[in-house]
Amino acid sequence: MTATTADGLPAAPAADTAPAAPATAAGLVVENVTVSFGGLSVLDNVSLTSSTGEIVGVIGPNGAGKTTLFNVICGFVRPQEGRVVWRGKQLRHHHPYDLASLGIERTLQGVGLFQGLDALDNVLVGAAPVARSGLFSALFGLWPSSREERRLRDQAMEALDRMGVAEYAARMPSTLPYPVQKRIALARALVSQPALVMMDEPASGLSASDISELAELLGALRSEMGVLIVEHNMDLVMATCDRIVVLDFGKVIATGVPDEIRADPVVTTAYLGEAVESEPADARD
Amino acid sequence: MGRFVDLTLNGFTYGVIYAAVALGLVLIWRATRIVNFAQGALATLTTYIAVSLLDRSVNYWLAFAGALFAGLVIGALTERVFIRPLYGKPDLNPIVVSIGLLILVESIAGAIWGSGDRGFEPAFSQIGISVGKTHLEFSHFDVFVLASVLVLMVGILVLFRWTNLGLRMRASAFAPEVARLLGVRVGRILTTGWALATFAGALAGLLVAPKVLLSPNMMDPILVYGFAAAVLGGLDSPLGALVGGIVTGLGISYVGGYMGSSMETVGAAVLLIVVLSIRPEGIFSRPSARRV
Repeated sequence: MTATTADGLPAAPAADTAPAAPATAAGLVVENVTVSFGGLSVLDNVSLTSSTGEIVGVIGPNGAGKTTLFNVICGFVRPQEGRVVWRGKQLRHHHPYDLASLGIERTLQGVGLFQGLDALDNVLVGAAPVARSGLFSALFGLWPSSREERRLRDQAMEALDRMGVAEYAARMPSTLPYPVQKRIALARALVSQPALVMMDEPASGLSASDISELAELLGALRSEMGVLIVEHNMDLVMATCDRIVVLDFGKVIATGVPDEIRADPVVTTAYLGEAVESEPADARD
Repeated sequence: MGRFVDLTLNGFTYGVIYAAVALGLVLIWRATRIVNFAQGALATLTTYIAVSLLDRSVNYWLAFAGALFAGLVIGALTERVFIRPLYGKPDLNPIVVSIGLLILVESIAGAIWGSGDRGFEPAFSQIGISVGKTHLEFSHFDVFVLASVLVLMVGILVLFRWTNLGLRMRASAFAPEVARLLGVRVGRILTTGWALATFAGALAGLLVAPKVLLSPNMMDPILVYGFAAAVLGGLDSPLGALVGGIVTGLGISYVGGYMGSSMETVGAAVLLIVVLSIRPEGIFSRPSARRV
């Protein structure tokens, strides 16, 4: 792997790992990220951190840049300025398919299951982020790898079981209720035991009782991995998040624990609506 | 009765060859939603490679394996060089490019090996087998044809069903972006799909060449029948390609045998039209799973 700086010159080895101390403490550091699409600023100097043991919520009105922020972390969108540091190493030129092997999983808005694969196969795709995928190793390693396949299969079943949906392992997603599909999608994200899981609106479409179970699950995940969620459901965010980052028009307008955010007048104005009507609606994405 | 048996066996033999071509079309369609019109031309090219090896007195089976391997490599290269720049472009672009490739490859084959017909030695005798007193037109080579396509089909099914690579190929076909987030290098998967498809085509070329004469456009009619087979099978299912191939092979064999060989192409067209009007999504496709 050859690291290069933005201007294409080989980077000094130390450049990739700075700043050492704070970056290793926090798994993910997003620093001063700026993204604009065709002159329209979508993210403006946004920073946040996430580490194992805490759940960080990103909230904000529609079009505030929450999903773009996720896309920057995932490598779908390259920021014009700023950087993303993961476990002390700057992620540059990373691709979405690198994430799983880095220990980062992301769930999508909605469900995003593979419709033609049964539940177990869906989870299996997530089970082996660094498994060999070459044609020749698959052809020639067909039989020797069967033990490995069985191990992955067991892992996938465990993940389904943990989400309470093991009984649906052989079912096609389209035949299952929406909350069950969301649990399968979660099982798929968690099966590789990532160090960071990013969830895009995990509560959308769920009933109140499903949401309270989700909150319990998130609480249980806290000790195992960092959790970063984008969510509109304030009850879930306030109940589960240790820290909340509020975005509005691509800017971080507040950061803090739930109580601080609830009491922050800037947030109340921007997010909870009083001033929203007076803003030009078409400027919002 | 004897004639019917001969036509049936002949239909099966040609049918599995069409199935191998159809399998190639299906693999590429599943992976990249492209109909590869160059499938046949690439198979002609690999067959010429086998001939060149045989001309240099390479062992027959080594030449056979060499052509199959060339299929893998040529398929992968075709995807990387010609097809990859077209993803996300209008649907018409890959059609034009693959037809362009068809013409290009056939011209190159003609330039190198000449445009005339030439024979291709079969792996086994093409003389019909006698069962008791009945003499069949079915030969040892035909047995080899059936067996090798069967092995190919079983191999592909095992690959898709029971290997991690196969799972990733299926996942990438259904939702490439999601697959990427789960660590699947979709680009490589697509290259692999094209490699396997051209491998299947290369086998079809090697099997059909001893039956017809090898020429730069040897595969043109075979591609048409293979396309009919793939569409019959729903374009999406390897098993559908096999069944579609056999149905097409039998249909053409009966039409050719009972109505004259000039009717063969018409028979294939009629078959295609009938199936498309009764079941436009093909016999084996799950219509609901694909309308995304």
